[in-house]
Amino acid sequence: MDFLAPSTWAEALAAKAERPDALPVAGGTDVMVELNFDHRRPDALLDLTRVPELREWAWDDGRIRLGAGVTYARVIAELGDRLPGLAMAARTVGSPQIRNRGTVGGNLGAASPAGDSHPALLAADAVVEIASAARGTREVPVAEFFTGVKRNALAPDELIAAVLVAPPAGPQQFCKIGTRNAMVIAVSAFGFALHPDRKEVGTGVGSAAPTPRRADAAAAFLAGELEAAGLWESRAALPDGLAAEFGRRVRDAAAPIDDVRGTAAYRLHTLSVMARRAATWAWDEHRRAA
Amino acid sequence: MRIELTVNGERREADDVWEGESLLYALRERLGLPGSKNACEQGECGSCTVYMDGVPVCSCLVAAGQAQGREVTTVEGLAGDDGLDPVQQAFVECGAVQCGFCTPGFLVSTHDLLARNPSPSDPEIREALAGNLCRCTGYEKILDAVRAAASAGAQS
Repeated sequence: MDFLAPSTWAEALAAKAERPDALPVAGGTDVMVELNFDHRRPDALLDLTRVPELREWAWDDGRIRLGAGVTYARVIAELGDRLPGLAMAARTVGSPQIRNRGTVGGNLGAASPAGDSHPALLAADAVVEIASAARGTREVPVAEFFTGVKRNALAPDELIAAVLVAPPAGPQQFCKIGTRNAMVIAVSAFGFALHPDRKEVGTGVGSAAPTPRRADAAAAFLAGELEAAGLWESRAALPDGLAAEFGRRVRDAAAPIDDVRGTAAYRLHTLSVMARRAATWAWDEHRRAA
Repeated sequence: MRIELTVNGERREADDVWEGESLLYALRERLGLPGSKNACEQGECGSCTVYMDGVPVCSCLVAAGQAQGREVTTVEGLAGDDGLDPVQQAFVECGAVQCGFCTPGFLVSTHDLLARNPSPSDPEIREALAGNLCRCTGYEKILDAVRAAASAGAQS
């Protein structure tokens, strides 16, 4: 095995172009488990922790450009107010030790159906910035980024540079089901965002389908009901039963399986409950902000 | 490959490091520092917690090569010339050790907590130690020890 340790972004892209078989590693919270348990033996590791460009976040044309190597601990400490949904998800990741190392870029690279950041990024309409030495930079909406179980839209010579997230115009929520508050791989998870500026609703369903996915029909239903009743303007209370119906429609977007963490039926049930609660909490926050 | 790093204030190097091996393995098997314990090897138990560049991490999830040039402090580096660290002393006095396997990780995590937050509330202690598992004590004595170390720090 080779250990490649580029110290600049240009070197990292050149290394990935030359060695498309190299497995990128940042915080190591997924990759090192696979190595320790002999589940994976890549020909090369591509250590990205010495690339300073990946560790930065900055405003970029009205969006926050979150470098792929920014840790969950820093998302919580530095961006909790500007990326509230992602920060809520970040607080549920593993333990302090894991949040000190794990990165949003690594979460996207692993592309687990249960990745904690994914529902929040989906609800916020985040965009993944991908780069290669040969073709430069391209942007992929996070909803198109996941292509299968632990598979994503990266070509073999590409690396994840950053995630672009617009700061929220309305409240965001994140819910996750597990056996305790720490060290949980989600049984199921749900991300929610109100976009009052464009009268839309954002959703993200985690750990309940082969890939993280949005619940677009449910989101359109809720946004349409809010519009029809003039609630975006009046900020009046939600009509009785609307949040519960939204929850049922979110459930319909999922395609879960039975596995060691939970049954498909339980995942469907929890999704409908989480979606109802998230919509209610977010709407209440929206009303209070008036 | 060879790695060079600072461990407990000393420049150290290790040869013949396999490119896929963890910092934990390098510390225990190549640098003669068996204090950090190898239990789950997947970041679940916290027994291998060390400081890397001042931040607590699971050393089983750090590739040894990622520690090249970094500063690592293990449980062996907590005690000073004048004896045990107050956190270690509190664990001794409170009987917060049963089999002892999880203790090095709890010591490093507690040391970090009290450095950041000298008088933590119980929920803050629980949150800070959420990544460290003990299968013997039921945590009560451990929580006693953290509280004792905090009040010892407040009195010193």
